[in-house]
Amino acid sequence: MARTSEIDATAPKHLQDKYAIAGIGETTYARGSGRTTRALACWAISNAIKDAGMTPADIDGMLSYSGNDSTFSPVIAGDLGIRPNFFMDVHGGGSSTEALIGIAIGVIEAGMCSAVVVFRAMNGYSEVRIGGTGARSAVPVSGDALHDRAYGWQSAGQRFSLTFMRHMYDYGTTPEQVAHVKVAHSKHASNNPKAYYKKRYTVDDVVNSRFICKPLHLLDCCVETDNATAVIVTRADRAKDTPHRAPLIRSVVGRCCKPRPEVHYQHGPISTVAGHYAKDILWRNAGVGPEDIDITGSYDAFTFTAMLQLEDYGFCKKGEGGGYVSSGIIELGGKRPNNTAGGHLCEGYTHGMNMVIENVRQLRGEVDDSCPAGPDGRKRHTHDYREGGCRAVKDPELTCNMGWATPGIGSALVMRRGD
Amino acid sequence: MAGLKGDYLGMTLSVSELDIENAEYFKHCAAHAFHLQECSGCGIVRYPPGAACHNCGSLESRWVAVEGKGTVHSYCEVHHGIQPAFKERVPYMILLVDLDTQKGKPSAEQALRVGGNLVTPDGVLAPPEMVQRVGIGSRMRMVFADVSAGLSLPHWTLDEDAKQPARPWRYPQE
Repeated sequence: MARTSEIDATAPKHLQDKYAIAGIGETTYARGSGRTTRALACWAISNAIKDAGMTPADIDGMLSYSGNDSTFSPVIAGDLGIRPNFFMDVHGGGSSTEALIGIAIGVIEAGMCSAVVVFRAMNGYSEVRIGGTGARSAVPVSGDALHDRAYGWQSAGQRFSLTFMRHMYDYGTTPEQVAHVKVAHSKHASNNPKAYYKKRYTVDDVVNSRFICKPLHLLDCCVETDNATAVIVTRADRAKDTPHRAPLIRSVVGRCCKPRPEVHYQHGPISTVAGHYAKDILWRNAGVGPEDIDITGSYDAFTFTAMLQLEDYGFCKKGEGGGYVSSGIIELGGKRPNNTAGGHLCEGYTHGMNMVIENVRQLRGEVDDSCPAGPDGRKRHTHDYREGGCRAVKDPELTCNMGWATPGIGSALVMRRGD
Repeated sequence: MAGLKGDYLGMTLSVSELDIENAEYFKHCAAHAFHLQECSGCGIVRYPPGAACHNCGSLESRWVAVEGKGTVHSYCEVHHGIQPAFKERVPYMILLVDLDTQKGKPSAEQALRVGGNLVTPDGVLAPPEMVQRVGIGSRMRMVFADVSAGLSLPHWTLDEDAKQPARPWRYPQE
């Protein structure tokens, strides 16, 4: 019997570039949407269908993810006039986007349906607070939670901080180095008219903001927002009919785990995250490596999560994440910018989908910044990244998204520019 | 038997009678004793309580007494409480302690890493001046906080009898 470490997870090569993101859709990013997750989902999916040049009749598959805080697919399908041949609503937050794109490929490949919309709809500020306040902290403590929530060890920040702290201990990572993630993402958000926070921040701003739970300052943490986001997955040949040059899916890895994922700290090093395992599947299937990637989308629930994943997916050596994120590489104008729309720290919190959407826009050359449009309606990107200016990367060919659920669970996606 | 219930810092703690592993674990805690499951197949002790052995997959185990002593592996110092009662008790410390028992087994990077709060020797969340004395490398001993009849929680306090590091590693910004 093969051990898990020996399983060849390589997809048949014909799947490489066989699937595409045919359309993307989002709502506004708000604190106080003033509507239900049902209305938010319809809004985002409707935008994605229009973006793909499709009608609801062209969609016959639906996937969503949530944590008792959303509306399920059959309701949304009924509202929009979609008749699913396949749907599934799964439990989960971060790391779901990339994993569900992989599932969409699988169900289309199995002949179960032909075009799948993946969505996430949440009132993460005005209904169920993602940080764990309100409804989530009122639930009785039982089962496994007796060994963490009972200790005031509940929120994502509280749960992940032991990994972040140990990384500082193991490798000498400094608060100032990690603060550069917020500096970069806020720079990017300042050139994103729909970002929730558009203000640029400095390293001093971050390390002088109040502590939430050491090592996290307020500005190391993302913003809780209300929004919905959606992407449509189809076969690449079908995506050729869309009005855009649809990006192709090069490689995907979903919810890859460290040993004992729920209590990963029992199986160290605790400063290593799931990307350490996911990278071997991702890069092998992609046929490219981290050095080939033009833009990253490393999940920034916190500044630290972006850094840890960039490191464990091999964008720098293990332990050098602090140096990598503070070198300028991850900023627009740098060699490999990360989260060019501002990510969860600044644009809005979506459990990962907005970072995939942004990379789709970048690969299509259609970033919604403030650059002027030409007579054909298309943006004339200046690549001048001063505040309020451009955020388009010049001619990107390959992007890599890295989704995070916990230190022990992650997903990733490599896309390339469409033909 | 209807399981165990108790109020602790504004939270309802509940151990279902179906949750036989946690029920056994907390039965020992109530007697201020720390017991964990030892696998009947491979002899590896596990934490937290669970239904099978992560090392060999065996479903069989027996409860053994484990010494509540160890070294802080990592920590989080909470300044912004989430649960209502914790808001009034900041800063408080969440500790992850490597037990001396079974450290480095079944592989070098594994250990019985037991969570808990930093508390005074009588089981009350530690005051700020005590929080500042603890960091990675600090030597700890387990104490118990009584929640209700039959329900107590294990916590950590500084081991007065142990040799402490001259300066345990602390986050650089105080």
